[in-house]
This record gives sequence, structure tokens and C-alpha cells, in this order.
Amino acid sequence: MTFLTSRRAMLSAVAALGLTSALTSPSFADAVTLTVLTDNQPDTVAWSTQLKADFEAANPDINIELETRPGGADGDNLIKTKLATNDMADVFEYNSGSLFQQINPIQNLVDLSSEPWQADVLSSFKSTVTATDGTVRGAPVGAAMGGGVLYNKKIYADLGLSIPKTWADFMANNEKIKAAGKAPVIQTFGTTWTSQLFILGDYFNVQAQVPNFAADYTANKAHYSDTPAAARGFQNGADVFKAGDLNTDFAAATFEDGVKKLANGEGAHYPMLSFAVNTVKQLAPEHVNDVGFFALPGDDAAKNGLTVWMPAGLYIPKTNVDHLDAAKKFLAFVASKAGCDSLTKGGADTGPYLIKGCTLPADVPPAVADLQQYFNTDGTTAPALEFLSPVKGPSLEQITVAVGSGITSPADGAAQYDDDVKKQAQQLGLPGW
Amino acid sequence: MTPGSSSEEDEIATIASPTSGATPRTPARRAPSPYPNWFYLPAAVVFGVLFLVPTMSSLFFSLTRWNFQSATFIGLDNFIQFFHEQNLYQGLINTLIYGVLTSGLKVVLGLALGILLTGRVVGRGYLRAVVFFPVLVSTVGVGITFTAMMHPTAGVINITLALFHIPGPGWLTDPRLALISVALVDVWKGVGLATVIYMAGLVSISTDYYEAASIDGATSWQKFWNITLPLVMPATTTVIILSLIGGLRSFDLIWAMTKGGPGFTSDVIASVIYKQYQAGFYGLSTAGNVVLFALVAAIIVPLSLILNRRTTEA
Repeated sequence: MTFLTSRRAMLSAVAALGLTSALTSPSFADAVTLTVLTDNQPDTVAWSTQLKADFEAANPDINIELETRPGGADGDNLIKTKLATNDMADVFEYNSGSLFQQINPIQNLVDLSSEPWQADVLSSFKSTVTATDGTVRGAPVGAAMGGGVLYNKKIYADLGLSIPKTWADFMANNEKIKAAGKAPVIQTFGTTWTSQLFILGDYFNVQAQVPNFAADYTANKAHYSDTPAAARGFQNGADVFKAGDLNTDFAAATFEDGVKKLANGEGAHYPMLSFAVNTVKQLAPEHVNDVGFFALPGDDAAKNGLTVWMPAGLYIPKTNVDHLDAAKKFLAFVASKAGCDSLTKGGADTGPYLIKGCTLPADVPPAVADLQQYFNTDGTTAPALEFLSPVKGPSLEQITVAVGSGITSPADGAAQYDDDVKKQAQQLGLPGW
Repeated sequence: MTPGSSSEEDEIATIASPTSGATPRTPARRAPSPYPNWFYLPAAVVFGVLFLVPTMSSLFFSLTRWNFQSATFIGLDNFIQFFHEQNLYQGLINTLIYGVLTSGLKVVLGLALGILLTGRVVGRGYLRAVVFFPVLVSTVGVGITFTAMMHPTAGVINITLALFHIPGPGWLTDPRLALISVALVDVWKGVGLATVIYMAGLVSISTDYYEAASIDGATSWQKFWNITLPLVMPATTTVIILSLIGGLRSFDLIWAMTKGGPGFTSDVIASVIYKQYQAGFYGLSTAGNVVLFALVAAIIVPLSLILNRRTTEA
């Protein structure tokens, strides 16, 4: 009983204290709560939590409330629906490039062209968050990524393998890895978006052979099914399946499973975006130095290079009227040197940043150093197709699962994807479709 | 008309009443209404705002390219597009397989369980509760649980099979099995409702028939075939219609377990429509819903007429 009364007394004392401080201190009264929506990958959660902490420390009058959403097609749906129903968070993170074009930026997003920090953003990123009317509507969050193959360096060292520069070399390595009793290629179709890398990550090789592909593809003049260089990605996904190179549970394994298998050496290659290095840090920190990276090999060793992904953007929906200033402050922070340092602390330093003056720490994991090699050499990087064309079909992940598990032939897969692309182009109202 | 928005149970009221209380064919002269017209107004407003307006507007939006903020009229293009959908044919076949398979199994198992649980068994009350329990559990919860149990290497089903040295299949990852696995889970979840309906039908059969048949020396099989089966027909009708409607527009369980995968192999019409919605093709997916509505009506209305006629005759 005494305990109860004393607790009640304590509570009222605390409440009274809170009330007085609310009345006296203006910072408390003005405190703004900014909701920020990101995807729910473990690494995103890590860096967004770090950003929140560092931003709140610099801006005591603004509190950040983090919300998460699923990735892949479920996430696309959620973003589109939230925007359409005026239910979006104050700030949200979403892909740049073609997926950015699909969320109707002119109608839905606040124009950020005249923000002072835009001067520090590299133009290669700006073009991927520029709406069709030429206005810039986003800020970069995170580092540029490569789409290619994460590999287990220990397996490579044990078997004396060298980095493959052609697809034939890659398949030859796979044979040796299989003979050693390891899974040569990890696929994780339980998380369907991970199945797309053989197509999307192969774009450097496509544009090396067909330089006009992006423009012709956007104008409905070139297609996957009638461009052999582009259809090659579908073939590659089918080849590794047919050769029996996949992990036995490829059909059900998830992205996290795949990262763990790669890190602990159950599998040798994981076709993936390089940001997964960060996931290795989260899930298997002791193995982060066992993971390296190389670009997807094509047919010509002399023309091998990296397909580059721009980081996601941060956007402010037009429905955010009350917290617009706070939201702009947050974006300005993320797009500054302090923001990059915070991201580095949160583990997002998996490639070069898109902000002038931002640098990577000297002791990056080996996979990031491998990635940096491509950026340091001239002419060995090209943006992924989704940053050159607004058109990206929504069903690619299902098609690549079907092709990569031998359900659909690569030729049929390419033709199905062309149909899928057509629907998206029509929905966007592009000329020529 | 969003796929999977309402559950099977919601339809009991609408389906069961015409089945059980066989309506007369020739309507009698309409008696004067006991209420003044304004009395109907609240219900009419609710009906108009929540049902009539959405139905009409969905018919309109199915003819447009729509992004929620603006709609461009494109005539029948969405319907043409929808029928050209690469997986529509497969989805249609899968929908029928799923509807017929779940409905058939629920009839057979529901009747068998109904007979068992109306007979003299130990712990009958408990067993009845156990059979009905899955009906009460959230469909998505059931889906996630079974997805974990059906994992090809780490799932409890295949681990158990491995103890007996039986190589378990990839229940949800083998393209030939995925749809059937989901259908079996659907049956596990839904058979309790069918059982309850059958139990109600079975206890209403007079024991006189069985006594008379026994005196005439009928075997158990003859009693089942000639007494139970015809007299339990109203219950069968209800179970078939309920589970067929549920099966034809099934979505939640499939989405929770396979998302139509691997690839497109377990896609049904509802999941094809949902994926179009997910991709932001709102006009196209609305057209799909109009097609689904027409399809379900085209199957259920004649089926309901035929089955009801047979019920009245029996």
C-alpha cells in the first residue's frame, strides 16, 4: 500500500515537473516530431538509426520517429498507396531512377531544386531524382552501389581461383567450386527481388555492345527479346540453374540466408548489390573480411565493367505542410559532410558517396575496396538501366525466379518481360507505346 | 470487390438463407409494406454510398488508365490488356483447380468428419472444438506458420519425413506442387466449417429411416448411400457453394504462402489482379476485378439454381 501511494506521489511529481518544464522551456514546447519512413533491411535500419541519433543531437528541437516498410513489390505498393491516399510520412526513403518516376513526382513530391545543399550533390545522382519537368525532388541517402557478384575470398584462396573476367571463366570456376563440395552460386528466391541481378547487373555488358539500348528501349524501338546482348542476362540465370550450381534451398532461401551462406563459406558467389556487404557486417561481422566483389562477367574480357546503382533518395511528400521546415533541415543534414559521416558510422559506407567532399574511411571492407577499383578506373562503370530509362516492368522479379528455377525458358522470360515493360510505359504515358 | 476482402464466413448469411428456406417460384401478390418509405432511407443511403457508388465507379474506372489522381478514358483497352495477360490463362486454370479441389475435399472430409463427430466417440465435444478451431485462426497467420513448416530443408514436415528416410518435396517451391500444397492448407483451415454444417444436416435426419433400413437388413454402406447422402443434400449444397465461392476468389492464403510463385505457377485470378494493383496499374486491376466478379457470378448463379432445385426436389 505504502509502495502504491509513494509511487503515485512520485508520478504526480514527475508529471508536475514535466508540466513546468513544458511551460518554461521553449525548446520543449516547440519540439517537432518528424516521421521518416524507410525500408526494413537490417542495414537500412542500422544507418537510419544512426542518422536519427546524430540529427537529433544537432537539432534538439526536432524528434525523429522511424517507420519501416517491406522492400520489393510490397514496398512499391505501400509507397504508391500511401502517396495516393495522402497518408505518407513526413520524409520517406525510396529508390531513385525509374521507380522514382513511377510515384508521380510532379504531383506528389515537394520541389527541392532551389535548396542550397543541391550545390553539393553530384549531378550523376541529381539526374535520377529529376522529374519530367526538370525539377529535382530528392536528396541522396547512402553510397553508390555496384550490381555484381559478392564472392567468398576464402574459397577462392583455398581453390586457387582467380577473378573471372568472362562468363566462361565464371562457369569454369563454378565447376571447381562444385567439385570441392560447395554451392558455386547462391540464389535466394524466397526474397524474390534478389533474383533480378543477372539481368539488371549485366547492363554494363549490354551497353558495351549496344550503346543506344537505353534510349531505344525507352522509345519502344529495342527490346530484351530482340536484343541478344540484353537477353543474355536471362540466359545466364538459366545456365547456372541448368549446371546445378545453386544452393539446394535456393527456391526458399531468403536474402538474409544468402548473406549468411556467403559469409560462412557455404556458397562461393552471390549475385547481389554491393550494399549487402553492410548486411554481412550486421549478420556475420566476423566474416566481413572474407567477402569480396567483382562485376558480372560478360563475353569480352577487355570490356568488363561495373553496373552502378545510385543510392536511394529521401523525399518530402506534398502532404507534409506542418513539418516542412523540419523535413528540409533533415534532408540538408543528410546531404552534408556531417550526414555522410553519420552514415559511415551507421555502416552505410559501402561505396562512394554522391555528396561533394564526402570521403570513405581508409579501412573499408575488402568488397568495398574491390568496388572502388572500378570507380577509380576510367570507363569501367555504367549506370544501371533503371537510372537511364523511366521504364522498369514490375514483374521482373517473378519472371527471373521462373527463369532461374527452370520453369520458363530464357527466351520466353525475355518476351514476358517485354510485355510487362509495355504496360508500365503505357501507364507512364510515354510516347511511342 | 478487392480480392480477399471478406472471409468465407461472411457469406453464410447470404447463401444459407435461400438454400435452407426454399423460396417459392411464383411470388404471391405483394403485401403492402409495413413501413413508410422514409423508414428505408438510412439503409438505402448506406447501400448507395458503400455498395452502389463503388460498383458503378469501378465499372467506370475499369475503362480508364488511372493513377488515383487522374484518369484517362481508354475504352476497352484494359479488358483487352487483361485478357492478354501472360499469366491470366494459367491463373484461370489455377483458380478453377483450386476452387474445385478445395470444395471437393471439404465436401468429402466434412461429411466424413461430420459422421464421425455425430456418432458415439470419446471426447466428442473436445474433438468438435478441435476440428473447428482452425476456422477461427487468422488466415495469414496460418499461411505464415505453414510456410515455415513446409520449408524444403528447415521445415518440420520434411525434417520429420527425413527421419523415415523419405525425401520430402519442396512443398511450396516445386512448381508442380505449390498450388496443391496451398489448397491442402486451405482445406485444413476450412474443413471445420463444412463439418459443422454437415453435423447440423446429419442430426436433422430422423433415426426412423436407419431403424427401418436395419430391419430390412441394409448394410452400413447402403444406409449411407441411400439415406444419409440424399437427406444431407441441403448441407452439401451449402458447403459446395460456400467453399466454391471462397475458392474462386481465394487470395489471402495464397498470398501469405507463395505470392503466386515460384514464378507465376500458383497465381490465381485474384493474385494476378492484386499484382496489377501493386504495380500501380489501377485501371487495369479494376478491369480485372470486374472480370472476376462476372466469372464468379457466371459460375455460382447457375450452380446455385441447379443445386437449389435438387434440394427442393429431395
